[in-house]
Amino acid sequence: MDITSLFAALPGNIAQGIIWGVMALGVYLTFRVLNIADLTVDGSFATGGAVTVVLITNGVPVPVAILVAVLAGALAGLCTGILHTVLGIPDILAGILSQIALYSINLDIMSGCANMAVNVMKYKLLLSLRNVPGAILVSLIFVVVIIALMYWYLGTEQGSALRSTGNNPAMSRAQGININMMKVIALSLSNALVALSGGLIAQYQGFADINMGRGAIVIGLAAVIIGEVIGNAIFKKKMNFVLRLSFVVIGAIIYYIVIGIVLWLHMPTNDLKLFTAIIVAIFLAVPYLKGTANNSFRKAAKRGAGK
Amino acid sequence: MIRANDIHKTFNPGTINEKVALNGVTLELNDGEFVTVIGGNGAGKSTFLNALAGVWPVDSGSIEIDGVNVTGLSEHKRAKYLGRVFQDPMTGTAADMEIIENLALANRRGKNRGLSWGVTKNEKEEYYELLKELDLGLEERMTAKVGLLSGGQRQALTLLMATLQKPKVLLLDEHTAALDPKTAKTVLETTDRIVSNHKLTTLMVTHNMKDAINHGNRLIMMNEGKIILNISGEEKKNLTVKDLLQKFEEVSGEEFTTDKAILGG
Repeated sequence: MDITSLFAALPGNIAQGIIWGVMALGVYLTFRVLNIADLTVDGSFATGGAVTVVLITNGVPVPVAILVAVLAGALAGLCTGILHTVLGIPDILAGILSQIALYSINLDIMSGCANMAVNVMKYKLLLSLRNVPGAILVSLIFVVVIIALMYWYLGTEQGSALRSTGNNPAMSRAQGININMMKVIALSLSNALVALSGGLIAQYQGFADINMGRGAIVIGLAAVIIGEVIGNAIFKKKMNFVLRLSFVVIGAIIYYIVIGIVLWLHMPTNDLKLFTAIIVAIFLAVPYLKGTANNSFRKAAKRGAGK
Repeated sequence: MIRANDIHKTFNPGTINEKVALNGVTLELNDGEFVTVIGGNGAGKSTFLNALAGVWPVDSGSIEIDGVNVTGLSEHKRAKYLGRVFQDPMTGTAADMEIIENLALANRRGKNRGLSWGVTKNEKEEYYELLKELDLGLEERMTAKVGLLSGGQRQALTLLMATLQKPKVLLLDEHTAALDPKTAKTVLETTDRIVSNHKLTTLMVTHNMKDAINHGNRLIMMNEGKIILNISGEEKKNLTVKDLLQKFEEVSGEEFTTDKAILGG
């Protein structure tokens, strides 16, 4: 185990982390703003990759391909939104239904292939792992623009209505907000970001894969939660909204660095998902356990016995 | 002006849990009228307010606000006519949003929410003055999250939010029931002041007979989904809790059993 090989892999991990950060920002929109864990993302991430690669290999300019991928993602979110609001299916289930449907749709998009390559020597891709510093730069530009747009949008009248919908639906209705409409908008925007991230990852790694989105929601949640824990630890009450969003991306980067370390330690790659699940479980559990530790019956009993 | 015409509502029809909640309620409020609604548990007071607010569609009857038939309008569409304050202080405000953001949300009730800024500079000054009038010191905490406020402060804020855009009708659903007596009194005083300043048409549900008598210029009593008493003018001014209890027994043929209502809890 040579430490230099770990450092050699670091830039690649960072690049991947930033690109997945785009996806995590999408997850933030549903998980934190709307208060829904949207499982559509596992499907729409691969949709973004599939649409991008298929269009590029068919000679469509890369920016157009990316744009169509984003729209495809928005459409996937729209479907989940309609399943949830118009047809009354619980949010988690609506996401699962979309996700499973997208598996077939993604296969159709890739004409039945489970895997489709796009060669950076042949097409003008925005980023590729053959040029990691370039990939970091391009993905950083995407992240900065997206954070700026999210900051702006969530500060608008509509964005405020979106936040209040996630925070207090009853109050929002009483203030004349169409909460179903807000949920559909948020789910669409979220999945648009997720598909964008999928399209970027497909270019970066040079292929789209039917399974590339498997477990994406967990990685997104990991990024959101790791970012929150670390951001709150550093900035405490000074965490403003831009910092909050930035730390979502930082969370994704940290996640990929940790994965890099795990690979460097030669842990079996088959266990990566198990490892991810354990990380997320720990980060989700810590705030809860901290709360109960300060407020436990056992301690109360001890305090009572001491007197 | 609001007019409810022969409203009926049955929950869980056809099941063993069937409950006739509203059994033909007809009521007309003229502009500027402040009506208090009293009645025992399950009398249909809150249900009636929810029917007016459009929380669910009524089974039959019609609701008209300011000449517009709103019977078929959903809750968020009807919101532009109505200001509402709820029993639970948590219901009326968004806890994770700032005081000023809550006010800005309320200021856009009934308006199209587009892509201009959610809170403008001019608004901030306006809200500062309005919060100052509440006399709770909230004007110095405008960027604090509402979740940090006490129940009484939240109700006062909700009241302000409900009246920021002058509503055609203000619906107060036992909005002081969850507060301690002292806070309840302050919130009621604030209610009186806001209602009279803006000459608001108001419907206030309360458990407390004294409050129902001391506030507003008309009192209605509900029982088993119907309005059984309607007292206004001089008669309302001279009303006592004892009179009210007596009248209740006369009309309904049973005793008023809610201790809380009698004792003024």
